[in-house]
Amino acid sequence: MVSPLDTKLFRDLRRMKAQAGAIAMVIAMGVLLQVMMSGSTNSLTETRRAYYERNHLADIFVTLTRAPESELQRLGAIPGVRQVEGRVIGGIRIDLPQETVPIQGQAISLAETDRPGLNQVHLTNGTLPAIGSDDEALLLEGFARARGLNPGDRLQITANGVRKTLRVTGLAQSPELLFVAAPGELAPDAARFGVVWMRQDALSAIYGMQGAFNDAVFAQTRDANTSEIIDAIDSILDRWGGTGAFAREDLISDRFVMEEINSLIIMSRSVPPLFLAVAAFLLYIVISRMVQSEREEIGLLKAFGYTSFEVSAHYMKAVLIIAVAGVIAGCLLGVAAGRWMVGVYTQFYNFPFLVFRPDTFSFIFSAFAALTAASTGGLFVLRRVFALTPAEAMRPPTPPDFSKTLTFKSAVARMLDQPSRMVLRGIARRPLRTAALSMGIAGGMALSAGMTTIYASFEDNIDLFFSVVDRSDATVIFTHPVGDSAATDIARVPGIFAVEPAREVAAVFRNGLRSHRGGITGLPHSPEITRAIDASVRPIPLPDSGIVLSVPLANKLALAPGETLTVDVREGRRPTLQLPVVAVAESLLGAPAYMSLPALNRALKEPGRMTVAHVMFDSAEKDTIVSTLKAKPAVAGFLVAEDAQASLEKLMNEGAGAARYIMGVIAFVITFGVIYNAARISHAERLRDLASLRVMGFTRPEAAFVLLGELALITLVAIPVGSAAGYLISLALAAGFSSDLYQITATYDLASHGFAASFVVGASIVSGWLVKRDLDRADLVIALKTRE
Amino acid sequence: MQTAFVTRGLTKVYGEGHAAVHALRGVDIDVPQGEIIVMLGASGSGKSTLLNILGGLDRATEGQAFFQDTNLSELSDRELTIYRRRHVGFVFQFYNLMPSLTAGENVELVTEIAENPMPAAEALDLVGLDHRRDHFPSQLSGGEQQRVAIARAVAKQPEVLFCDEPTGALDSATGRAVLNVLRDVNVRLGTTVLMVTHAASIADMAHRVVRMQDGRIGEVNVNETQKTPEEIEW
Ligand SMILES: Nc1ncnc2c1ncn2[C@@H]1O[C@H](COP(=O)(O)OP(=O)(O)OP(=O)(O)O)[C@@H](O)[C@H]1O
Ligand SMILES: [Mg+2]
Repeated sequence: MVSPLDTKLFRDLRRMKAQAGAIAMVIAMGVLLQVMMSGSTNSLTETRRAYYERNHLADIFVTLTRAPESELQRLGAIPGVRQVEGRVIGGIRIDLPQETVPIQGQAISLAETDRPGLNQVHLTNGTLPAIGSDDEALLLEGFARARGLNPGDRLQITANGVRKTLRVTGLAQSPELLFVAAPGELAPDAARFGVVWMRQDALSAIYGMQGAFNDAVFAQTRDANTSEIIDAIDSILDRWGGTGAFAREDLISDRFVMEEINSLIIMSRSVPPLFLAVAAFLLYIVISRMVQSEREEIGLLKAFGYTSFEVSAHYMKAVLIIAVAGVIAGCLLGVAAGRWMVGVYTQFYNFPFLVFRPDTFSFIFSAFAALTAASTGGLFVLRRVFALTPAEAMRPPTPPDFSKTLTFKSAVARMLDQPSRMVLRGIARRPLRTAALSMGIAGGMALSAGMTTIYASFEDNIDLFFSVVDRSDATVIFTHPVGDSAATDIARVPGIFAVEPAREVAAVFRNGLRSHRGGITGLPHSPEITRAIDASVRPIPLPDSGIVLSVPLANKLALAPGETLTVDVREGRRPTLQLPVVAVAESLLGAPAYMSLPALNRALKEPGRMTVAHVMFDSAEKDTIVSTLKAKPAVAGFLVAEDAQASLEKLMNEGAGAARYIMGVIAFVITFGVIYNAARISHAERLRDLASLRVMGFTRPEAAFVLLGELALITLVAIPVGSAAGYLISLALAAGFSSDLYQITATYDLASHGFAASFVVGASIVSGWLVKRDLDRADLVIALKTRE
Repeated sequence: MQTAFVTRGLTKVYGEGHAAVHALRGVDIDVPQGEIIVMLGASGSGKSTLLNILGGLDRATEGQAFFQDTNLSELSDRELTIYRRRHVGFVFQFYNLMPSLTAGENVELVTEIAENPMPAAEALDLVGLDHRRDHFPSQLSGGEQQRVAIARAVAKQPEVLFCDEPTGALDSATGRAVLNVLRDVNVRLGTTVLMVTHAASIADMAHRVVRMQDGRIGEVNVNETQKTPEEIEW
């Protein structure tokens, strides 16, 4: 038999279903985010691991100029190396019929064997190129999809100055190419970088690598010391133009996956707890209101002989039912949201498979956290149930005491009508509750404003980058260092009105034990097109000696201006340079290091050389300019600024950018949960007062003002507080998200804060409207009969 | 003699079908202006219902109720609000003061929106509580709270004062003080007072006594003389 108390419990819950629902929703949001994010983290981590393992992704990578195959034996003999494979990799240009701007790409060799080796491709479609074939190729699936290419299609490429027509035999994905960006760019763009795999003999023929290799990949034994192996590889390959071996975690594709996992972890640790705290607080105010209004029933139950425990258990059950409902809804929604997110990732990274693997621990953890938070809220209330004596509960109610709240001096008083005083005293009588309600809303708003600011800041960075740092319309990339007459040559092309030579040199930077694989960018003394900028966005002139480091690089190497940096140049004569750090430059994308071009060339003992040219042109003539330049000797490819900017912006709008709406929803749900519950409670507490006002001849809006005025004030206080806290959150997140791939400088972004505030205000209006509707429907006569 | 209210065939039904409760079954009554009218009747006989309809808090299901020349049944919600605001005052059994406003402010709550109010201080003076104007309801006794409620109701100088069991929650001495105030208001301001009560003896202070029975007017007695509250046996 169901106990009468349980019957009461279910009636109570049904009566306050909207309130209970709002709280359960806040809990559900917290659980949802936890489950979704840790599920995605888990899936991503697990998929990455499984994919790498299944396809035997190498542990160590190295690129060199050219080494005879005999060196592979020496490399394989390095202690700790389990397997080594030499490959041929070269830059290619892909000429698609409809496309004027040639597409850059890469050709990678496949060993002339069917025996599976390292870095195995994952064939999604078609077949591998036949062994010994010289015009068959696999095409990177992402590129093929973006360009509508299929097995059987022909592909025109230019490799090492040779034009060649390839027959696409199949499409493939590769664990070393989860993330594909055009060279020099940081946003993935499947359409603008193509990868083909050809059999090794065919590629060797093209690049003159017969019996040789220019890239090697290594698998190490389980307990080998990676950095020792790297040192051994570097010393063997030094004379073969090795550019420095690096471990898997420095593989650019892997770096991006890890970045994503990392930011998911940051979010999953910071966001859900806030929801649970707000939910605990809401349960506290709702249940305490319930206990307050049921004093008589509680007294009566105690008088009948129910123990305090039994009565408390009754209220605790209500708390737990709400919490469990929230947890269940959160888990279900979290799995659904996680699946969706994993779908996005599968598209974004070229994973051949990506199973959504919800983190079992996250279910247990979030259920535990939610129930604990809810019970804590409940326990605070239950103290009152225990304290209530039957006699006290049966005493007739006295009006709540306002004598210790605000009294108004006559000057102030004249300005305030009575309803306003009711609003202000209502707030002043329970300053803590008011403050807590405001804080709850402010928390939701802060989270939303903070996160949205990050996206906005990132977009600002992109804008700033393309308007101040890199003002070029296009960058012409040469196949090798060319004489600087190439710049004058380009400048003569009609429509081009500015050209600046620059040189990119691969290098390893060292400071003590710290090191960074990167490159030096050589620019004219006072460049006009592509520049280094300082913190106040002023261009930094490049001095005749010394190097300018970007902030993330200076941080990574722990160097300040005045200190000396060791640079191992990985090209040409491969000198080791000792360079004074002369300034630190702000950077927005990547972690560049700048030198003046003459100084760089002098250090390399290669005067008058350049590898790229930054150009500004009349965009109306883009197509003719591009086709003229394409025909110039030694031009490897182009980087059109417009395209680069577009792919960065696409990244923001499609991937991460969609998350801002989720953030809006977060602010809305929390605000709604808080305001709606606060409104319901005020409504219940004041029903009779409001009815009395109506009896006295106050109109509906006038009466509602007393109730809604308080909510409006709570909301108004919450907005600036939430905005300030949001700013702090954005600073913290910016610090957490910034790496040497992207830098985010959080600024106070008015639009983001306005966006969050509008969701807060919207939620406040919706809950106010719901309560006002009840108010309007309330029967005056019945309301007057209720005894508070 | 002017009439304040006239009703014809006033009917109120709560609910529908089997659950329907006929609270008023055709009430015809003429209420003259300036009198104290006491309504008596068994619990559930429809006293409060009638009072609420005349006071513009509720609507009749059928029939007409006129206040002077206004047909209350034809007023919109907004017009009813204005009617309450301008013409009538209410006093209830449970004082219904705003706990967050002082005695003085509770009165000002009404004077702020009324057309021709008396000063709040004067209204409080009328109930003998001007010296307590800065006290909150929680600092006043039940009788004092009820007197503030009366001050609040009369401060707008209403034509009619509706009192539903104004002494219901009070002891006899406190009740007498409250009744004195009501009589005072009637005498000094000429306000029509319609009072519902369960204490039959209070009827002795009325000009007219209306007995309700099962949703109808049972009988109406006119008192030749009115006793003062002090003279009433309680
Ligand atoms: N909201 C309502 N819904 C249903 N029935 C109602 C409602 N309000 C009043 N009634 C019924 O209408 C009838 C008249 O009620 P009313 O309140 O007018 O009685 P009353 O004479 O004032 O009684 P009392 O002296 O107990 O206050 C009663 O039978 C009551 O149960
Ligand atoms: Mg009644």
